[in-house]
Amino acid sequence: MDGIELRELVPRVLSVLVRRGADFATAEDAVQEALIKALSAWEREAPADPTGWLVTVAWRSFLDMTRSATARRDREVRFDAEPPAGAVPSVDDTLGLYFLCAHPDLSSSSAVALTLRAVGGLTTRQIAQAYLVPEATMAQRISRAKRTVSEAGVEGPGDVRTVMRILYLVFNEGYSGDIDLAAEAIRLTRQLAATLDDPEVQGLLALMLLHHARRRSRTRADGSIVPLAEQDRDQWDTELIAEGIDIAQAALARDQLGQYQAQAAIAALHADATRVEETDWVQIVEWYDELLRFADTPIVRLNRAVAVGEADGAPAGLAALTEIDGDVLRRDAVAAYLHERNGDLELAARLYAVAARNAPNLAERDHQTRQAARLNELLQRR
Amino acid sequence: MAKYLLLKHYRGAPAPKNDIPMGEWKPAEVDAHIKFMNDFAEQLERNGEFVDAQALSPDGVWVRYDGEGKAPVTDGPFAETKDLIAGWMVIDVDSHDRALELAAQLSAAPGANGEPIHEWLEVRPFMNERPNVTD
Repeated sequence: MDGIELRELVPRVLSVLVRRGADFATAEDAVQEALIKALSAWEREAPADPTGWLVTVAWRSFLDMTRSATARRDREVRFDAEPPAGAVPSVDDTLGLYFLCAHPDLSSSSAVALTLRAVGGLTTRQIAQAYLVPEATMAQRISRAKRTVSEAGVEGPGDVRTVMRILYLVFNEGYSGDIDLAAEAIRLTRQLAATLDDPEVQGLLALMLLHHARRRSRTRADGSIVPLAEQDRDQWDTELIAEGIDIAQAALARDQLGQYQAQAAIAALHADATRVEETDWVQIVEWYDELLRFADTPIVRLNRAVAVGEADGAPAGLAALTEIDGDVLRRDAVAAYLHERNGDLELAARLYAVAARNAPNLAERDHQTRQAARLNELLQRR
Repeated sequence: MAKYLLLKHYRGAPAPKNDIPMGEWKPAEVDAHIKFMNDFAEQLERNGEFVDAQALSPDGVWVRYDGEGKAPVTDGPFAETKDLIAGWMVIDVDSHDRALELAAQLSAAPGANGEPIHEWLEVRPFMNERPNVTD
């Protein structure tokens, strides 16, 4: 049994404890303790009933924690050593955990941390490393988040849109440490899709799979960016693409469009083109128009302008760009690209330099700097 | 989820409102200031927003390469007119507004006469990792 299989048991074990009457915050600590014990105890051989093992150990931890807490408060022990029988967790319990961890009262970073720990089964140290903060800070963030959700409580079904936003954040933002956060986000979204029948969740899963499939080709060995048009499409993971397209199509067929399905449709159209020249830019623009109905953001408009530039030519793309404010992130980069396509190399070179200065990360800054250098060299040779 | 650097300057920042040098404060005022700084860092940690805090000695030198096989060339200490960093805090917060809010709280550290210093702090965002979805 590997770490991921072990972590898959976490929501179930946690649900058992909560069903037995344990409070969420303490139960979650107890499960984490059992998990850490399992990681060393199971190194040679996993027990015959891993879930049962974890439940027993976690329940014992829970009792210890409760006893020491109650002893401090000089109160009688509230729980019997022998747990009540029955209490088999259902699919709904796991879903309830997702809702709880993405509680609307939590900040995004707290919801992300709590989801990765209570649903994902990652340790505090692993989460701290993934987000480059000290372990003590992450421990505080998680216990604070647990206090918040315990006080707020859960009444009725949670908001699946919040859950999806948090999973998308896990997929999109994090550092490449020991834990592959993108893969973890996919695992958690798969689990969510298996417990909740919602075309938007399917759309989100498809979107992640389709982007993940292109991952190897997005970056060179030295960390530099390879733009979509220049990617080696032989490196794309065709299995993931096929799966992503299937899931996206099944979701779209249900005729309940949402922003993740629209984004998945766009990703599918890119993934479907075996050569960049075969990209169906006209359809991609149409999907961006759909996407705008659900998420009219400057980023969507910016990406739409790129697509319009490919579908109808650079002048049309530049016209689409005029509706976007000058201070929108990556606008200079898009403007530089479209002006280059339009043949105005001097302006494009200047804009690439501006884009480099405003880049939100090192990889993009280096990429835009190289673009500026490439055009300047070209202009000098003339 | 973004990291910000809160930079405190020995020199180079605009003059604060309560601009009396620390050496001229009463001992209790110095204690109150130091306590405020420690409490602030502790509060950040309890919030789950703390990443790092460091103070720097003012004794810096400029160093540069001087060619193959040669010793590094040094220059300094800094001329009086130069910007001089006193220390920093690194925070991990949910938004730019939150970073500004925390910097303003830090700037309220008590100085002479127990009044807030209103010190100017520089807030600088970190470069992020490249996100998975950009195209």
